[in-house]
Amino acid sequence: MTWLSIIISGIVTYFSRMAMVALIDREMLGTKVKEVLNYVPAAVFPAIIFPGVFFNDFGLLVEITDPKIYGAIVALVVGFYSKSVIATIVSGLLSYWFIIFFLLR
Amino acid sequence: MLSKSKIFFKGIVAVLPHMLSVIPFGIITGAIGVELGFNPILVYATSLIIFGGASQIIFMQLLSGGASSLVAITSVGVINSRHLLYGAVLSEYLEKLSFIKKLFISYFIVDQGFAESNKYLRQNKNLSNPHYYVLGTGVTLWFCWQLSTISGIILGSFIPEELGLKFAIPLTFLAIIVNDLRKLDHVFVMLVSGFASLILFDAPFKSYIILSPIVALIAAFIMLRLKK
Repeated sequence: MTWLSIIISGIVTYFSRMAMVALIDREMLGTKVKEVLNYVPAAVFPAIIFPGVFFNDFGLLVEITDPKIYGAIVALVVGFYSKSVIATIVSGLLSYWFIIFFLLR
Repeated sequence: MLSKSKIFFKGIVAVLPHMLSVIPFGIITGAIGVELGFNPILVYATSLIIFGGASQIIFMQLLSGGASSLVAITSVGVINSRHLLYGAVLSEYLEKLSFIKKLFISYFIVDQGFAESNKYLRQNKNLSNPHYYVLGTGVTLWFCWQLSTISGIILGSFIPEELGLKFAIPLTFLAIIVNDLRKLDHVFVMLVSGFASLILFDAPFKSYIILSPIVALIAAFIMLRLKK
């Protein structure tokens, strides 16, 4: 039963990856749709970022003093000026660790 | 002109920084599966067959918590439906491929790979073999994901929980969009999506992951109409 669920989940997931690439002809998308598609990264990724920063493990809003918020702000500023993926992630993690291991102890 | 292997290699290099979050996440996914009591082979099968981090964890948590298969499968489908959007964007660069090649490359469409491919290919519209870039990012993420879930399955969660490495996940995605903060229209769409996700967080089947982007894209559509 679990195996069957994995396989069906796999098919569903694969379909989500394949459908727009292999089954849909690009001509079918109007210019308006194509214009809106420019915003896909801006529309998708904040929906992963915001809950990851502003909610705790129990799905409750964190307090304004939560280390994750400050880590995210540092990463945001460093990323904005450095334009480097690695600098963004590392600066965010290091500042987060600095707060939880040094400031909060 | 860039050779196919050079383009492929550029794709590999582009996603390497994201391994900072992908590898710990993979290890955690493998370890959680075993902790929940699943057969190790079954846990690995989710990485191979489903191949989508967050959805694999939710899938195993739901099943072990006694949820029905239907609920587990629906959740996976809802969480992973965002790939439809990635496919719609990437199809611009993949449309000249044969049907078989499209079927093959689709398996490798992943968040970070999509984001880096979209960034690069948009600035290099005349590239002759853009799919090699997509493949370079996807195959790299695939290998690292497989290897890191396997090590999580075998070694358990050897990453101390105190490190809070889960925080690396929002950071990776922040790194992806941070450069677009220079464009006000993008910032507007990001804020709509972000706040929508906070409001919709408790919607069933983790559907905030797809509902928030839909709300944000509708906002983008309205914004574009008003600008004209």
